[in-house]
Amino acid sequence: MVAYLVAILIFAMIYGFVALGLNIQWGLTGLINLGQVAFFAIGAYAFALATHAGMPLLAALVLATLVSGAFGGAVALFTPRLREDYLAIVTLGFSEFIRLIFLNEKWLAGGPDGIAAIPRPPTIPGLDTETSFLVVSAALVGLAFWFSQRLARFPIGRTLRAIREDETVVASVGKPTLAYKSQAFILGAALAGIGGAFFASYLTYISPDMFGPNVSIYVLAAVLLGTQGSSLGTLAGTAVVAALLEGTRLLKDYITIVDGVQLAALRLMALGLALMVIVVIRYRTTRSP
Amino acid sequence: MSAQEVLGAGGLIAGYGEMQILHGVGVRLSAGEIVTVIGPNGSGKSTLLKTLVGLIRPSAGRILLSGQEITATSTRDRLRAGLGYVPQVRNVFATMTVEENLRMGLFALPGAVRERQEAVREILPTLNDYWSARAGKLSGGQQQIVALGRALMASPKVLLLDEPSAGLSPKATDEVFRHIRAISDRQGAAVLLVEQNAHKALAISDRCYVLAEGRNRLDGDAASIAGNPEVGRIYLGAGDGSQKA
Amino acid sequence: MNAILEIAGLNRRFGGLQAIDRCEFSVRKGSITGLIGPNGAGKSTLFNIVSGFLKPDSGEVRFEGRRIDGMAPHAVARLGLRRTFQIPRELKRMSVLENLMLVPEGQFGDRILSVVLPDARVREEERANAAAAREVLQMVGLETKADAPAALLSGGQKKLLELARCLMSRPRLMLLDEPTAGVNPTLIRDLMDVMRQVHASGITLLIIEHNMNVVMELCERIVVLDRGHVIAAGTPSEIQENRQVLDAYLGGADA
Repeated sequence: MVAYLVAILIFAMIYGFVALGLNIQWGLTGLINLGQVAFFAIGAYAFALATHAGMPLLAALVLATLVSGAFGGAVALFTPRLREDYLAIVTLGFSEFIRLIFLNEKWLAGGPDGIAAIPRPPTIPGLDTETSFLVVSAALVGLAFWFSQRLARFPIGRTLRAIREDETVVASVGKPTLAYKSQAFILGAALAGIGGAFFASYLTYISPDMFGPNVSIYVLAAVLLGTQGSSLGTLAGTAVVAALLEGTRLLKDYITIVDGVQLAALRLMALGLALMVIVVIRYRTTRSP
Repeated sequence: MSAQEVLGAGGLIAGYGEMQILHGVGVRLSAGEIVTVIGPNGSGKSTLLKTLVGLIRPSAGRILLSGQEITATSTRDRLRAGLGYVPQVRNVFATMTVEENLRMGLFALPGAVRERQEAVREILPTLNDYWSARAGKLSGGQQQIVALGRALMASPKVLLLDEPSAGLSPKATDEVFRHIRAISDRQGAAVLLVEQNAHKALAISDRCYVLAEGRNRLDGDAASIAGNPEVGRIYLGAGDGSQKA
Repeated sequence: MNAILEIAGLNRRFGGLQAIDRCEFSVRKGSITGLIGPNGAGKSTLFNIVSGFLKPDSGEVRFEGRRIDGMAPHAVARLGLRRTFQIPRELKRMSVLENLMLVPEGQFGDRILSVVLPDARVREEERANAAAAREVLQMVGLETKADAPAALLSGGQKKLLELARCLMSRPRLMLLDEPTAGVNPTLIRDLMDVMRQVHASGITLLIIEHNMNVVMELCERIVVLDRGHVIAAGTPSEIQENRQVLDAYLGGADA
């Protein structure tokens, strides 16, 4: 039971990176991204391939961050003016494109078989491997959280929030909005890449089917659950989503009237229901002046 | 007033939220006449029309239609009572044909659709040229005539038109104005026309009101207003002290 | 004439409509110039071209002698030419003060790098910018609203905030798009006082305005646009006497 709780927390940390990244893009800057899983996948594969090529773990983590950030930059570059309507389509399409690449290009990443034997960081003395992994990932999520918080509070965050509200105004006061939007998008992609690296390392095995569009939706749900733009809210939202998705697995030991497939469907329903309830409640409270 | 009067309004005070636009405006309209309301931007012309049709509630003043007070009634009731209104923009159903657009004109008042359509086609024969076309495909001038036709379906006693020439070429403007004149001549409806295009509107009008800053400034027969130098001072700023911002 | 803004042979088409048609005029440095014309004359289109939000089909726009037509809006703004918007575009969820603190250029804290460095420099910079912003708010009379969300300002106060945001950068030329539209008469007086103060501080103003009393009282020179073309330019009294200008307003004797 405790081991299971630790696993849920580790997943919350992993998705925490991805959600914090999306929060910079969408929550702070207003850039819609329906394919955050692409950068998560790129980070995971880059980390896996780099470690297999003999790179030290830390260097592989840095490389995974840079590569996913670079792909974020490419998407930003090829989406005309990073306009909302284009971006929604491009990111969604890009995430499927990336998954299909990993699925079909066997020479690159093993195709449907994926990549196995991805190393984990060394265990901290005195802790078991799981708890040790949790501590390491929590420390890094803490760092990412600190960064996100400062970003939002600094003048740069003010500019990004202003872009979210009215891009025309920001241009009219002499700021290159496209450059700011690109930077925010790249940061968000890089954070997702870090999440991907931790994901690969934790499971020690990755395959293309782990990177379907549902991951993007879960992360979107996590950011939506937190107050838009708030890093703390985003992490809390991630924890709720992880608990709902993973925690409900426990139920199968207690509920015997439904089979596994039905239970999987029920878990998604529970997530959807929770989302609706929370959004409705928040809408009520924010609407009253 | 006179037995001929179909629409009368006086002392109208109205606006949007905190912003008062009309500071006591009045107009009168007799059967069969075309009356134009002109005035510089922000003088309250469109607000006056919206108040008359009931889209804006005045905080003071009265509106009478054929002697019946309608100040407190809904827009729907005013349309039933014989008021027709053509707004300035998006005044046709773009994806519907002209025929369907006219059908919509009777929506609020079920009646003999065919019969009314025939009558409207007689008043505006040009509608026959594009009867089955989708309204959205027509030129701006043609759309304006479709909007007029739709308003005519309910046989209004008074037609309120908000800048029918807005965005039209000079040629299309002439065409639309010619049809407005025809409506008045053949249907006998009184027309209250709000216009930027003062010269052309006055040419087809019987009388004219000039508004400025939400008040009546001048009124009289169309020809006398067209020749009045005071109009120029109202439009370009008189510098006569009383009108300081 | 010492021109701060020169427009020559400017054209811009929207579909079948020639919105700007061989437009030509200049604005004298240090003046308050009015830009008037009937609805649809192309005044706002012209502002959008000058401020870089639209590209002209042909023609030139020069600011302080330098070609700016076709430049990006932020690049034009950086040269010292700023604009307001006819319908106020306040950043609703930000405070009035934040709306202004967005403006200063070259803020160190406006770079991602600053986030991971010690924050003493950013804090110092923010203090200075906040002080400058409060000064501007004082000038337009919004100092008591500094910490209020911009969404809660009244219509007239939002107009003042537009002016303040423009002023915050100390531009050399300000384009004001209908600064008094939708404002009650008392506040129009205040707005005119602010515009006079701004002008007195050495900023050239080009104003689109429908309220003729404001235009005639404030502007030393007026340019009249009709269907995208300059049909007259001169002092307020010259414009008031001009038959062609009146005809433009009354719908012309074209046909």
